[in-house]
Amino acid sequence: MIKGNFIDNLPRVYGIYTGGFIGFIIIMAIAEQMGMSAKAIGIAFVAFTVFIYALIGYLSRTAQADAYYVAGRQVPTVFNGMATAADWMSGASFVAMAGGIYFKGYGYMALLVGWTGGYVLVASLLAPYLRKFGCYTVPDFIGTRYGGNLARFSAVVVLTVASFTYVTAQINATGTIASVALDIPFQYAVYIGLISILLCSMLGGMRGVTWTQVAQYIVLIIAYLLPVFWISNKMGAGFFPHFMLADEVARIGELEQQYGFVKNAAADLKSVPKGLAGITKAHSAVNATPWAFISLALAMMMGTASLPHVMMRYFTTPSVKAARKSVGWSLFFIFLLYSSAPMLATLSKLSLIDPNLPTGIIGKTFAEVEAIDWYQNWNQANLMFISDFNGNGTLELNEFFMGGKAVVLATPEIAGLPYVISGLVAAGGMAAAMSTADGLILAIANAISHDVYYKIIDPKAETAKRLVVARVLLVVIGFAGATIAAMEIQGILGSVIWAFDFAMSGLFFPLVLGVWWKRANRQGAIAGMLGGLIAGAWYLVWVRTGGSGFLGITQLTFGIFGSAVSLVLMVVVSLMTAEPDKATQKMVDEVRVPSGKTILGKSH
Amino acid sequence: MSNQQKHWEKTRSLLFITLAIWFVFSIGIFLFGAEMNEVTGPFGYPWTYWFTCQGSLGAFVILIFWFANRQEKIDEEFGFSEREDD
Repeated sequence: MIKGNFIDNLPRVYGIYTGGFIGFIIIMAIAEQMGMSAKAIGIAFVAFTVFIYALIGYLSRTAQADAYYVAGRQVPTVFNGMATAADWMSGASFVAMAGGIYFKGYGYMALLVGWTGGYVLVASLLAPYLRKFGCYTVPDFIGTRYGGNLARFSAVVVLTVASFTYVTAQINATGTIASVALDIPFQYAVYIGLISILLCSMLGGMRGVTWTQVAQYIVLIIAYLLPVFWISNKMGAGFFPHFMLADEVARIGELEQQYGFVKNAAADLKSVPKGLAGITKAHSAVNATPWAFISLALAMMMGTASLPHVMMRYFTTPSVKAARKSVGWSLFFIFLLYSSAPMLATLSKLSLIDPNLPTGIIGKTFAEVEAIDWYQNWNQANLMFISDFNGNGTLELNEFFMGGKAVVLATPEIAGLPYVISGLVAAGGMAAAMSTADGLILAIANAISHDVYYKIIDPKAETAKRLVVARVLLVVIGFAGATIAAMEIQGILGSVIWAFDFAMSGLFFPLVLGVWWKRANRQGAIAGMLGGLIAGAWYLVWVRTGGSGFLGITQLTFGIFGSAVSLVLMVVVSLMTAEPDKATQKMVDEVRVPSGKTILGKSH
Repeated sequence: MSNQQKHWEKTRSLLFITLAIWFVFSIGIFLFGAEMNEVTGPFGYPWTYWFTCQGSLGAFVILIFWFANRQEKIDEEFGFSEREDD
């Protein structure tokens, strides 16, 4: 069936794969009709998809440095776009984003703008130039452009802080989904999630991760879009929700007016289980000040352009030109999911609060709601809760509480879709969390193995030894992440946003100015990286321990402060010290020209 | 001015234009979020709401492809296009 070069056959390989996956969904749907239990369907979905990823990971095994670090630099634009989209869209995007929009409305949607707009910065400021540079890792660029082990090491430090913050959240998400789908305790599920993640990346490095990420993108996008379209049609809201939900959005506004946002007493709220929230913010009205919205969007955009696991995806394209186009494709594939999240939030909210719909629960009596099957299920899973605060016997808007994850996980069931869809959604969430975790663990392990071990400690190491070190680090970092994830210190979304802030504090200006400002030198870059990271971390700790903050910068946007400090330090210190030598300046000129050889050799 | 300097000059102006458009869709319009939301926009959604859900996101996708094409033209103009076998 497949002849010749693998790369030339990609469309066919993934076409067959997609067809096979759809076939699997249909088989599961038939099995459900024939009486297969919901639990068995959930296990089948997660086990089947993870097995496929592991198989791809095994088939992509390699012993070559450039295949391990940059997938041999032969990933075509569109496929790299899909892989980046999977790399990018984490468990948080998949499971928590629609929930965030559901609860917080406009103020939260700054994340949608921020997590997409950042790609314009990636495409225009960085990706093509770093591709021309020919580096294996982000610190590789910093270390060569600015010279010296300290600069390289500082970049590794920033990368590790940002990516590690991020990866614990992703392992946590894989654990959550595995524990629900396989029905095992979270503490064990975390390690099952971890092993699945390592199966994809250990043998093939970047090459294995690339081809599994493409496969994971296909699963996650089907798992997200299919329910949205289905629910919309079932509710009679329109066959193409993105263009047809204006009436539903307006209707939610009407109902909000009618119910009003009643503030609950603190004593009443104490009885609500942790992590659940009620609807307290308007759905489509502007409910945040311009600065609150813009500062959050800006922090996420600059963070996007500094996150190493995203940047390194563009090292794998065959050319500089392809790197630019590939950023466009990445964002297109991300757009498909991000533009659907607000639609899902709208459908989910309306189906719950509109008393004219059969699924609406607001206005019903407590006895009626408590008798509903899905309410019992999700109440048991600790994701839904009702309580008659005013004692009138009917459910009011302020008496209904839900977990953020429930919007994605429970809406199909509420709308009366077959269970096969819930199994599909679990597989999609698993794919989203796994693909991001893989990219992150690989980014950290590669930076330490390539930049610290090979470039600083043992520059004479042979390829085989380097790759063994890289793989050992992969496992160690994965286990460290899983161990911290198992402690459940912090929510999924909070730590994701922090990762962006850390990355932008330390890396945004050293990366951008490395290409766009020839005068930037080593001393300036080191001051910028370490100063920015320390300033950002200090601000976070200060605000968390009761500090008032300034300029409206919160614990979610501390990167704005960190990166401002980084910029000032970098410019001032650079100008106070000698300009970079002629060779470095010539190198920067080289980077700015797309044609010709890469700065660093093919295998370095 | 050498060929390379001219190429960089043009590349830089393209960057500024790209960033200006990016600024409008990511920051500029949200300065007027409250006012703009009073007006009905595409598909019947309020303008600001539509921009946060679809408008700005779509604009970014188009902007990147537009930028990539313009940059390729600039590279060709100065003979800096890559050979396919590089």
